[in-house]
Amino acid sequence: MKHRSLKYRRGVDMGIRLISSLAALFGMAMLGWILSIVILKGMPAINWEFFTELPAPPGMPGGGLANAILGTLLITLLAVLMGVPIGLAAGVWLAEFGQQSKTAEAIRFAANLLMGTPSIIIGVFVYVVIVMTTGHFSGISGAVALAIIMLPVVARTAEDMLALVPSALREAALALGVPRWKATLGIVFRSAKTGLLTGILLAVARVSGETAPLLFTSLNSPYWPESFKEPTANLTVTIFNYAMSPYEDWQTLAWGASLLIAGSVLGTTVISRGFLWYRSK
Amino acid sequence: MIQTATAEYQDQRLKRPFALHATKIEPLAQETQIKIATRGLNFYYDDQQALFDNNLEIAANQVTAIIGPSGCGKSTHLRTYNRIFELYRGQRVSGEVLLDGQNVLDSSCDVLELRRKVGMIFQKPTPFPMSVFDNIAYGLKQHYHINRSELRDRVEKALQQAALWDDVKDKLNQPGTALSGGQQQRLCIARAIAVEPEILLMDEPTSAIDPVATARIEELVDTLKEHYTIVIVTHNMQQAARISDYTAFFYKGEIIEFGATDKIFTNPDNTKTQDYITGRFG
Repeated sequence: MKHRSLKYRRGVDMGIRLISSLAALFGMAMLGWILSIVILKGMPAINWEFFTELPAPPGMPGGGLANAILGTLLITLLAVLMGVPIGLAAGVWLAEFGQQSKTAEAIRFAANLLMGTPSIIIGVFVYVVIVMTTGHFSGISGAVALAIIMLPVVARTAEDMLALVPSALREAALALGVPRWKATLGIVFRSAKTGLLTGILLAVARVSGETAPLLFTSLNSPYWPESFKEPTANLTVTIFNYAMSPYEDWQTLAWGASLLIAGSVLGTTVISRGFLWYRSK
Repeated sequence: MIQTATAEYQDQRLKRPFALHATKIEPLAQETQIKIATRGLNFYYDDQQALFDNNLEIAANQVTAIIGPSGCGKSTHLRTYNRIFELYRGQRVSGEVLLDGQNVLDSSCDVLELRRKVGMIFQKPTPFPMSVFDNIAYGLKQHYHINRSELRDRVEKALQQAALWDDVKDKLNQPGTALSGGQQQRLCIARAIAVEPEILLMDEPTSAIDPVATARIEELVDTLKEHYTIVIVTHNMQQAARISDYTAFFYKGEIIEFGATDKIFTNPDNTKTQDYITGRFG
């Protein structure tokens, strides 16, 4: 029996290490590239007026995206209020009660399908169900569309996170004579809180960049959002409109809005992770 | 005291996938107070039967050890006493588990009150993700209306009973998960006894713990039996011999032999028992 060449094995090891390092580096580099361009192009748009003023008509100097910023915040908040509780409850049911039953498998399959559904189709769906029946575009229909997109993401990550909680912990709570719902909310949720919060943030991050569903629902507006029953200004549709406009100052505003979205998604993720990391110490 | 074979019971035995073992189960002496008795207990994981006609009597304020090879149904048997198996779909039981003469498997038995009376300690320590104090207070607050100062007293008493007070009195606000493995297990014991149970079920409570911590828990079990009836599942035969008063030997879901620990370990009646305790299999 002949020994395999050590040199050859070391060479293969080096090669694989090099390839995987390069792949990792490539991913990081792409992120860096995207961020740097967004920052370079977007920074000139960021000033006090950007956050406080309504958009100016083309040709007029100045103006900001205050209405779109507020609108996006409100639509996302409303979507979170609708999508997260339902999604969490669904995740709890799948992990704690449905387990491996046929119904649970069917719901899981449906959630996966919904997660893979292109967001424009959800936009069209909400357009038909809400916008057409009410007869006008509205902020609330945009929030509904985003909530539908969040729903399967929250449900599946919640289920995965709850399933990671050791069953011994669940049993320990129940063995004390604690009712099932209390054990779930008081012990299992507490144990899975990092994961659950990450899941919710993931879902928020997923929808905060959505444009297509809002095109069919919230549309856009040059005014302050006054009622969710009217078309509501939002950042992503504003980017879509302004980036394709021929006016240079609008294009700059679109870059500024891109920077704001990218920065806030990145910021919330980093801050909440940091907070959880600090808490867990 | 032991139920005689019924027609249904005979029928059950015919369906077994393996050869019959000569089963010898001594009833407890007449004067012994019986805390728990199982009668014709069968258990199923979906279609797979795991326990076969278990008849066992657990003496009050004594330590009863359940021994046997892996997969013989020791834990399964124990988990019927507080109905914790009901957490999982597909797990079913038939027969009776009599706690002070009341069948706990009956649907009229309140499972929350049952589990207050029958505490459980698990293989791996299971501290809740909260402070040492709150770990104990959590169960207490479920079952009692209790004011702040009384809560403090009860938590301290439980920790003292579990021989943990001196270790943790200065770190009651630290997370329970920050304690050492042995301390965590004693925390779980304190948590279980805080709600004033009558019985403690221990499912291999020392198998994830180092030898020194194991010795402390064994000492603890010895003092706890003054107040509680203890049933302990263990893989460690020396442990069973050291701490128990009675021993039941399980094999393939049947109780092969039950009796005083001295007798089981020195002069068992059944050759299977003999083979197991001398390490010939298992």
